[in-house]
Amino acid sequence: MTQNININNEDLIMVQIYEIEAGNFTLAGEAASNIKKLLKQLGIDAKIVRRVAIAAYEAEINMVIHSVGGTMKLEITPKEIVLKANDDGPGIEDVELAMQEGYSTATELARELGFGAGMGLPNIKRCSDKLHLQSQLGQGTYLEARFFL
Amino acid sequence: MKIRTIKELLDARLIVGEEFLDKEVLYACGSDLMSDGLAFVKEQTVLLTGLNNPQVIRTAEMLDVSAIVFVRGKIPSSDIIQMALEREIVLLSTDLTLFEACGKLYEGGLRGR
Repeated sequence: MTQNININNEDLIMVQIYEIEAGNFTLAGEAASNIKKLLKQLGIDAKIVRRVAIAAYEAEINMVIHSVGGTMKLEITPKEIVLKANDDGPGIEDVELAMQEGYSTATELARELGFGAGMGLPNIKRCSDKLHLQSQLGQGTYLEARFFL
Repeated sequence: MKIRTIKELLDARLIVGEEFLDKEVLYACGSDLMSDGLAFVKEQTVLLTGLNNPQVIRTAEMLDVSAIVFVRGKIPSSDIIQMALEREIVLLSTDLTLFEACGKLYEGGLRGR
């Protein structure tokens, strides 16, 4: 995990970058947990903190289950909180299908832990004010969720 | 309903969080699917589950869940208990099944939403 406070851009209050390790179900949720603590410390409204935390956790779990690893970036400005999850693959074959509630390609292990119900991406969409998802098979997935303050 | 009342209704053992037994919960959710919990659970909810792994605590943390009831007599491991302790989450364990435990709480006046 790295941390830096950007002083070049006046609008940016804070940027945090978290490394997400693929397949590590013990650590899964650590980044979301840190994000939640940080937003609470900053005095962000509890309802918004909860929505960001749920979205961050779902995105993190998705990366642990499906990707080969990547990063999650948290940007805080006076107007919004932006969550950017960026992984190195393998990408989503059919993004439209992945957005449907109940559709899942999760492994048996993920299901045993209580995930893989096909609710992750729809839930991120529900929690955020704006969601952008871009994916290319064989390359990776980029998810950007915005929460207006 | 106070967490203390939930403990009594379910004849549950307290694993951790005695100082929070007087906290109020308004809703209950029974599920072995954490994904469903993340999609539907409101604040001030007690989570009942047969799942027993660290992600249950993580899920509760994100949702601001103040108490978790492990059903079918499950007792979480020490690392899970430690996680709950750090997050001020009450852990209870009951021998009842998920269905029976939810039924008793519903009878006692708790609702799902």
